[in-house]
Amino acid sequence: MIECDNLTKIYKNGDVETAALKGVSFKIEKGEFVSIIGPSGSGKSTLMHILGALDTPTAGSYVFDGKDISRFSDDELSDFRRDKIGFVFQSFNLLPRTTVMRNVMLPLVYSGKTMEDREKKARACLLQAGMEENKFGNLSNQLSGGQMQRVAIARSLINNPSIILADEPTGNLDTKTSRTVMEAFAELNRQGHTVILITHEMDVAGYAKRIIHVRDGMIESDVTHNNITHNT
Amino acid sequence: MLADLLKEVFWSLSGNKVRSGLTILGIVIGIASVIVMVAIGQGAKASVTSSIESIGSNLIMIMPGSQRVGGVSQGGGSSETLTEEDADAIKNQISNAKAVAPAVTGRYQITAKGNNANTQVVGTVADYAVVRNVSMSSGSFFSESQIRSSAKVAILGPDTRDELFGENVSPVGQNIRINKIEFLVIGVAKSKGGSGFNNQDDIIYVPLTSAQHYLSGNDYVNNISVTAADQDSMASVQSQITKLLLSRHKITDSAQADFSIMNQNDIISTASSVTGTFTILLSSIAGISLLVGGIGIMNMMLTTVTERTREIGLRKAVGIKKMYINLQFLAEAVALTFLGGMLGIILGWLASLLVTKFVSSLTTEVSLSSILLAFGVSTAIGIIFGFYPARRAANLSPIEALRYE
Repeated sequence: MIECDNLTKIYKNGDVETAALKGVSFKIEKGEFVSIIGPSGSGKSTLMHILGALDTPTAGSYVFDGKDISRFSDDELSDFRRDKIGFVFQSFNLLPRTTVMRNVMLPLVYSGKTMEDREKKARACLLQAGMEENKFGNLSNQLSGGQMQRVAIARSLINNPSIILADEPTGNLDTKTSRTVMEAFAELNRQGHTVILITHEMDVAGYAKRIIHVRDGMIESDVTHNNITHNT
Repeated sequence: MLADLLKEVFWSLSGNKVRSGLTILGIVIGIASVIVMVAIGQGAKASVTSSIESIGSNLIMIMPGSQRVGGVSQGGGSSETLTEEDADAIKNQISNAKAVAPAVTGRYQITAKGNNANTQVVGTVADYAVVRNVSMSSGSFFSESQIRSSAKVAILGPDTRDELFGENVSPVGQNIRINKIEFLVIGVAKSKGGSGFNNQDDIIYVPLTSAQHYLSGNDYVNNISVTAADQDSMASVQSQITKLLLSRHKITDSAQADFSIMNQNDIISTASSVTGTFTILLSSIAGISLLVGGIGIMNMMLTTVTERTREIGLRKAVGIKKMYINLQFLAEAVALTFLGGMLGIILGWLASLLVTKFVSSLTTEVSLSSILLAFGVSTAIGIIFGFYPARRAANLSPIEALRYE
């Protein structure tokens, strides 16, 4: 489904050029659960931005379902993100002072769908993400960290994305909550969703079947486990 | 789509009510002051025009003086160059002069039943009632025979009547003393409604000859009012009068004329241009406050964009197009100014009503055009001052925006 070939990203700051990615190639198939792990500065965030169509590579190609995303225009990238990618961020990025339902429905704004449709979908996604139903009307700032991340996961599911892209989803959570959130991702994967997880923590990465190590802008190792190791 | 946009705008504006409210206040004050200023200006214009029109219609006024001899200008009306014969000549020789009324004016002390007043006394002829639109509420205007016989009769203006006899008291048949000379009141004029300066209601009319004999003591008149047959003949009547009087006074150079002649249209247009300038002055002051309000909107929108950087980043990440982000922020700015404009119009209207209520000489007029203008201007301000912040929001890079702390 995803084919990355020789992805290169060079940031220019005046005369100084920094290469964040130095030719990264890999493939991800539909239904995989992949962790991309690496220390800070390894280029994993840049890779995540390119995979999430938030940024385009300087060189190399990113082919998604046969289409080369790296040549897309701004608006095409927007549409691509809306239809294919569900983002989950470290800091949740929920709208403040806004209900859980409205947060989940945000990606459907301007979609032309009726309010009923949107609410129905949002409910389904929230349940799928393991959110308790009596919290649906709460404001986002009244939730615990784990609940906020569940809302964010529900939001990422609302457009039936091809991949769920989670950037350090447990970075702001305690160990116990992290575990339940990771279980939620594992469950989504079991249901058939492709999940790509960006992290620097090995025990979080361990939930995935395949772990790609990134260091200094290059892939250091790409290992697929047969047995899922839970550090419990 | 539009419903979505309106909802998003409503949610984000109501999310910070205090700030939205304060920003709107700037526009409210700006729009309200424009409405009030224009209303006052137009009210002033209307009251000046109606007060001039209450004097009479198609009116031409001739006054003595204004000739320049060796650089010395005598004040209008102060010299004695016009006579009753001049008035008769105009009436007899100029066909389009429908009515001609010479008048002697002066202020005198009036006493009646122990009350006294200092009032303008106009000595004139029967035609005056035609020329100056004087109509009677009781009694009658004096007749030709009363003028010929220098009868000591007087007609009171309504305000003078109120002052000397009290309201709703009929003074007809009673005596008043003008400059200690006894006159019989034979009528009361109807109110002409002129207000403020040039009060046409605080006045006493007496026959021209009586005024000349008993009050001014000479044969001159202070002014001659002429009514032209219609609006179109005013200019020709005016030039014919000038020619006639110059020849009667044996003056060859019109620059040396010992009288001056004015028509009502000139007075109205002069007065309108004065009040027009006044309106422009007032509205530009109000306009400045509107501009300040607009900059307030821009300031708030920029703050909002900065504050909501992460939210903008998120919106971009979930695939909301640039255009919609741009539209949303623009719509927020326009919604603020639109709301401000509405409230401003209401406030301005109320303020105009208060001005009318408490400043008796001024009737303000809130015109439809000034309301439409205020709406247009406030919306335009929203678009102009919202444009830059909205573009800034739309052009944010989603990566930078999501990372923003």
